[in-house]
Amino acid sequence: MKIVEGDLMENEKSKTLMDRIWDFFTSVRLAIVVFAVLSLTSIVGTIIEQGAEPERNIKLLSKFFGDASPTVFRILDSLGFTNMFHSWWFIALLFVFAANLIICSLDRLPRIWNIVKEPIKPLSIDLLNTMPIKREVVLKGKIDNAKGVMESALKRIGFKANIHLQDNGLQIYAEKGRHSRLGVYVTHFSIILILIGAVAGIFFGFNASLNLLEGTTSAVAYMRNGKEIPLGFEIGCNDFETSFYENSDTPRSYKSWLTILENGRPIKINGKEVTEIDVNRPLRYKGITFYQSSYGFSPTKDSLFKFSVASNDGKKQDVQIKFGESFNIPGTNIIGKVADFSPALGIDEAGRLFTYAEMMNNPAVFVEFTENGKSKYNQWILKRYTQTWRVPDGIIEFKDLWGAQYTGLQVRKDPGVWIVYLGSLVMAVGLYAAFFMSHGRIWINLRDDKNGTKITIAASVNKNKAAFEQKINKLVKTITVQ
Amino acid sequence: MDSSQFFGISSIAYILAMVAYIAYLVFRNSTVGIIATTITSVGFISQTIAFFIRGKEFYDIGQMGIMRAIPLTNLYESLIFFVWCLILGYLIIEWKYKNRSFGAFITPIAGMALAFIDISGMDKNIHPLIPALQSNWLLAHVTLSFIAYATFAISFATAIMYLAVTTDNKKSGAYIFWTVTLGIFISILVAMGIDFLTFKIAVRTPEAFIKSYLFKATFRSASGLIVLFSYAASAVFVYLVWRYGYALKKLIGSFSISPDLLDDLTYKNIAIGFPIFTLGGLIFGAIWADQAWGKYWSWDPKETWSLITWFVYAFYLHARFLRGWRGHKIAIVAVIGFVCTIFTYLGVNLLLSGLHAYGGG
Repeated sequence: MKIVEGDLMENEKSKTLMDRIWDFFTSVRLAIVVFAVLSLTSIVGTIIEQGAEPERNIKLLSKFFGDASPTVFRILDSLGFTNMFHSWWFIALLFVFAANLIICSLDRLPRIWNIVKEPIKPLSIDLLNTMPIKREVVLKGKIDNAKGVMESALKRIGFKANIHLQDNGLQIYAEKGRHSRLGVYVTHFSIILILIGAVAGIFFGFNASLNLLEGTTSAVAYMRNGKEIPLGFEIGCNDFETSFYENSDTPRSYKSWLTILENGRPIKINGKEVTEIDVNRPLRYKGITFYQSSYGFSPTKDSLFKFSVASNDGKKQDVQIKFGESFNIPGTNIIGKVADFSPALGIDEAGRLFTYAEMMNNPAVFVEFTENGKSKYNQWILKRYTQTWRVPDGIIEFKDLWGAQYTGLQVRKDPGVWIVYLGSLVMAVGLYAAFFMSHGRIWINLRDDKNGTKITIAASVNKNKAAFEQKINKLVKTITVQ
Repeated sequence: MDSSQFFGISSIAYILAMVAYIAYLVFRNSTVGIIATTITSVGFISQTIAFFIRGKEFYDIGQMGIMRAIPLTNLYESLIFFVWCLILGYLIIEWKYKNRSFGAFITPIAGMALAFIDISGMDKNIHPLIPALQSNWLLAHVTLSFIAYATFAISFATAIMYLAVTTDNKKSGAYIFWTVTLGIFISILVAMGIDFLTFKIAVRTPEAFIKSYLFKATFRSASGLIVLFSYAASAVFVYLVWRYGYALKKLIGSFSISPDLLDDLTYKNIAIGFPIFTLGGLIFGAIWADQAWGKYWSWDPKETWSLITWFVYAFYLHARFLRGWRGHKIAIVAVIGFVCTIFTYLGVNLLLSGLHAYGGG
């Protein structure tokens, strides 16, 4: 498998341009240089913050370069280091890497292919003597008996025996894992597949985002640079909700309920008009995928407070009102008016109430209750705490403030992603074959001997010789025990 | 007893085991060797129990089923898991090769990781899973990554041992390389120990620790004199490791460890770790990112450093098979590979994000 560099130097003059290009790309030296340059530039790319405001990186550089940092930044910026992974030269490097990989593989493949396509053949005794693993044993009984024993012993270590009759007895030969020799090439091929998938994604797909307020729809998404991308259909957000672990502000889930509309009509997806999405469960429609990626709070005067109001004698009613509007507890003269709201009501050490976050972490409404125009009592009602729902004349369940939150969706179309996934699968197979399988070959000569049958075992393996030798020892043990 | 007590037992056991293995290496008394193995095994069993208890605690808090109760969700838990894999790998090697002397090189890595947990005072509380982490791909990604990291750690230890037994010329590049690497490693650890002793403070997050405390007692002290002294002291220390490092050769050489065995172990661990890292670290990580955010690769520092690590180990394998590299050159590549691995895991989380965090004020 070693390459002799000297060979490349000879006959240099007689080579065509094509040959020289080929040689350039097959040289291991190129691979090393590409590996090194990719790694070193990548390191720089992780230190310089990518796609950030210039001030941030200048500040960072000033730690190393002091007053010269703006100049250093200008140089790095003009060389593309501030958006390095998308710069032309980095992408060109990746292409050189791919070309190197393809051509190196093609250069070596024929030799390996010749081995892989040829099944094992019987070998002469001279060749058997050159094998790295050899064992000799004498078995009692006739050759036919020994043959049966040998075959079943081979089967036990996973080898299927072939028989070749020869002058003074017979040869059993068997092999396993011949195709595992291709593992390296399968792995290389998978890297190419993944790169193809990535390129397909860049050329035929897009990455955009969309913020949708509850109760609104959109027919476009927006690129990072603000460009509109038409979706070809409409998407609407019915609701968004963050749920939290009990008594904490650690989010448990972010959920959006989405509807796809074509020509203004809702479309059923998996039998449902409304699809619930979650951070690890996106919605796919017509090649476009919507991921839950962020959310926000921007209430309007049209946002609706949703309550389920029950009186003490069990009469129940759902109400939806705007800020400042009132509702009635069914069966009574009590009127409740939404007088204040906090998206995240907290209480400080002195017992004062305050709003501790700008998101709906702990939504609370302040309701003023009156009876026949006379003030009766006031109460903060918290969505997350059922004990606050209880008022003297009934139970006011604060269900939601609707139309106040927006869901932040990542909108992506990537026709290449399946190629990337396929490449990953191929890579798993290739790596398994390359690292955990080996091509083992065994030849066994059986000859009549005065004490029974003389057995000569010869074997070779392309890697992990120690483990294969153990297997052969096991084989010898099984036949001698019988 | 809760999980932290069992973790505590295992931490103490590994640190005692480190001392015992080093004592074994020095005195070559087989009783000491058996004691070392026993202590390690006790630590391992205790850690396994702790892992299950923490899983149970997690299960009770999260209420999301078994698959969401595997405690591998933050820096603390993943480092603990890394140590567990490392010790498991080591015990397998000790049993298979009937040789205890590797223990003196592998238990210090476990000890270092555990000491790092305590020094940095990282958050040990159980936190229920935030939405992005509720994914089976992530679970597979983290588990496999750490198994791979553990194999890389073992290959690092055997590669350093290989360099130690095969070099004694103080002027040779390989000798300088391994003594300086080891010297810097230990210096950094000592500097972190001094931080701990000086500030005696447990901070909530690793980021806050890096920002306010890391090396503040030494290399980043407010006093220029201390900074100067710290650098001078570590330079002297590295010099001493360089000056007397050959003593290790005699020590290891007096055991029946051949350089070939060390080279073979380095290779075998990388050959197991590399495919696991590729599949678990890179591919599963990419699938998770794709499912959660719709981007399977976004060149963020973590991904980029994983790729750099992958390049280094891919280089190791190709150099070995295609160019027939053996000996010092290939062992140096293995050492560099593990340095990149540490950086991928800790450096990116701590240094780069820290760098950017205080870069932005």
